Amino acid sequence: MNSLKRVHFFSVILNFVLAAGISVARAQDAPDVGPHPPEPLKAMESHIGNVTGHSRDAKLDYRRYCAGCHGDLGDGNGENAVWLDPKPRDFTMATFKCRSTVTGMLPTDQDLFNTIARGLTNSNMPIWNTFTKQQRADLVAYIKTFSPRWEKEKPADPIKIPTEPPVTIESIAHGKALYTKLECWKCHGPQGKGDGPSAATLTDSKDQPIRPYNFTAGGDDSRFKCGSTNADIYKIFITGVDGTPMPSFADVIQPNDAWDLVHFLRTLQVKRHSKENEVLKAAGGKIPPYNETPSTPPASPNNSAAPASPSENRTAGGGN
Amino acid sequence: MRMGMKSRLCGMAPWGKHFLLAALILIFVILSGSQRADALPAFARKYGLRCSACHESWPMLNYFGQKFKDNGYQLMNDKDAPIWQNPGYWPVTFRIIPIWHRISTGKVAVDAYSGGTVTGGQTIRRITSSGFDLSGLDFHTGGTLEKNFSFYVLPSSDATASFHFETVMARLDNLFGSPWLNLKLGKFELDNLLSEKRILTLTGNGGIYQLYHFTPVGDGNIFGQMGDNQLGAEVMGHSYNDRTRYSAAVLSSTDGNVGLPYGNAYTGFFTFSQAFDVGKLGVDRLGAYAMVGEAPTYYLTQGGTPLAGSGLANKSFHREGFVGQFYFGQHFDLQVVTQHGWDNAWFGQGYGDLIGGTVTGNNLPGTTLPAGSQAPTWNGVLVEPHYVYSPQLTFIGRYETIRMSRQATPGTASDLGNISTYTLGFRYNPFMTSRAGFAWHNEYNWLHQDGTGPIIGLNTSNINTSELLTGFDFDF
Repeated sequence: MNSLKRVHFFSVILNFVLAAGISVARAQDAPDVGPHPPEPLKAMESHIGNVTGHSRDAKLDYRRYCAGCHGDLGDGNGENAVWLDPKPRDFTMATFKCRSTVTGMLPTDQDLFNTIARGLTNSNMPIWNTFTKQQRADLVAYIKTFSPRWEKEKPADPIKIPTEPPVTIESIAHGKALYTKLECWKCHGPQGKGDGPSAATLTDSKDQPIRPYNFTAGGDDSRFKCGSTNADIYKIFITGVDGTPMPSFADVIQPNDAWDLVHFLRTLQVKRHSKENEVLKAAGGKIPPYNETPSTPPASPNNSAAPASPSENRTAGGGN
Repeated sequence: MRMGMKSRLCGMAPWGKHFLLAALILIFVILSGSQRADALPAFARKYGLRCSACHESWPMLNYFGQKFKDNGYQLMNDKDAPIWQNPGYWPVTFRIIPIWHRISTGKVAVDAYSGGTVTGGQTIRRITSSGFDLSGLDFHTGGTLEKNFSFYVLPSSDATASFHFETVMARLDNLFGSPWLNLKLGKFELDNLLSEKRILTLTGNGGIYQLYHFTPVGDGNIFGQMGDNQLGAEVMGHSYNDRTRYSAAVLSSTDGNVGLPYGNAYTGFFTFSQAFDVGKLGVDRLGAYAMVGEAPTYYLTQGGTPLAGSGLANKSFHREGFVGQFYFGQHFDLQVVTQHGWDNAWFGQGYGDLIGGTVTGNNLPGTTLPAGSQAPTWNGVLVEPHYVYSPQLTFIGRYETIRMSRQATPGTASDLGNISTYTLGFRYNPFMTSRAGFAWHNEYNWLHQDGTGPIIGLNTSNINTSELLTGFDFDF
């Protein structure tokens, strides 16, 4: 009886060990989670400050955190993609929304790094700020393995963001005039609710429906897709949002005009406390009509700060 | 050695061979037949994230999952409110585990027989049994009622489908727009960084953290069990990236049992932790906790029966310790919890517990403690390493030990109640999607406790218990 029990016990232990071995073998290849990541085109690096990211170190993290949406092949066809709106980024196209580089160019490593840490509001892309800097840098390098563009092209330099001029009721009024003139309202709607006449027809570069940003939603914690500061909004005008109908206005408007537009857009965020809304409130809550005088009014007791010169440049990350 | 094993297998009974063959076939069928599942675990299907995004190994959380929980089950991407969900979305997940297990308990006192009749004496035997079994059934439902209004309800049953509420809580998140202020009310798990409710092991002794439930032998205080969900309110806060966390909870001294407390006593539970970015190693966290409370030891009676709400003569207890979560790259981590425990001498002498309806001692006016009674104290540590081979396969180990440093009654064996336990196991997830969870779970646990077995003849009274378990842990 005792020997039978022993055999029973050993057979169970044998199964236990065997099962562990089989599990190891199966877990290596993960046959049930879709196509396997291809061998990277080339091992890539990223450079974030003094941190160097290596694509080879991000393989597990990509599989754990990213592949469910972006796909093992980086093509945006993870098993969850069909349920998501907006659709996950297709890394094989190397087209990115949030950049500090001019339209059509690759983003900088820092741009991708920031996007991972910031997440993308109004999408399923979480805020991955629980990762270490090294993890994020490694993932940036890994993302770059999916497209040959990263081998052939170099990212452009970040655009320069001039110093923000003071917020005045005139700059807000000019921004409003530009909002009409540049036909922003056609997509974003007259009140910025994302309900313009073209809104329903918009698609991204993969023909997926896409909705314009609703400026009126959210309160003090409202964010834009590519950041939350005035400088981030400015950057979007100049760089555009590649892969979407939002164009770059770099060749259309002057820096001060872009800042005026920023100031107006802030007033569309009616539930948000901002200096723009304070200025508007102080002006009686109504934006006066803009007349075609110089966009920056002469100094007055209430507006003594000198307008910023376009030459007073600074890099991204400034603003209020 | 191998030959010996071979001859043993060759000579085994037919049922043994069949068992072995059947088990091997079963393994291959399971592993080769696994498919993507279409089930919908509550949070993963809401956000379209794989289980592995939040779980180091399901159900244990990783840092991202911890932040998600700390945010009130919100990604904070402005799509957390139910209004953004498909109206057909129903945030329910059930979990149950069919298992096979083998339990062997040493030194069980059994009646002695002679000539077909009970002799009246007793003898010591090891009892070993095995068979197929079920865990209880959990219905997890949780999420957001609106942006920054969260809830969690968990009706849970034992294996016979007798239900109770394991968790019922609502939470106000990000009060005044700050992640530093969140208020929770109801019955909930205490803010244990190493969560027993998300433990990776399932056996009877390995499926709990002994440190979270320990009471000295004969002690009447059941209220200091930080592993049990408790009724109360909790204020919790964290930094934007969850590196810094704190919590403070006030709890009824009922050990989570519903109904009015038997006495007006409360317990506090406090935690603080700070995580550090350690480059290639990952994020490591250090923290501390303290549980400080009181519970009654004296109940008014009616016809000899203790009355609810009448508890008096509150006595105190406390537990405190450190928590460490140390990561060594992507594959290996070590979780450490220490504890120092102290119970008032009255508890040590068996006064206190009325929740189960059996008060072991009622500290009526005029009652005195036995001469020399003192407050029992103990120290313990648990070390739990994980080797994450891949997001689909995790090996688990644990060593836990608790040592009495002072017994309530002088002259008691100094090691009475000491516990040592080892657990080894692994969990393999054949698939990894946002729709369902499945883990093939294998585990072995061995537990040794000093002095709690029967003393018959020349036997020592230490007890060894072991359990081997394999099961399919799934949620849908």
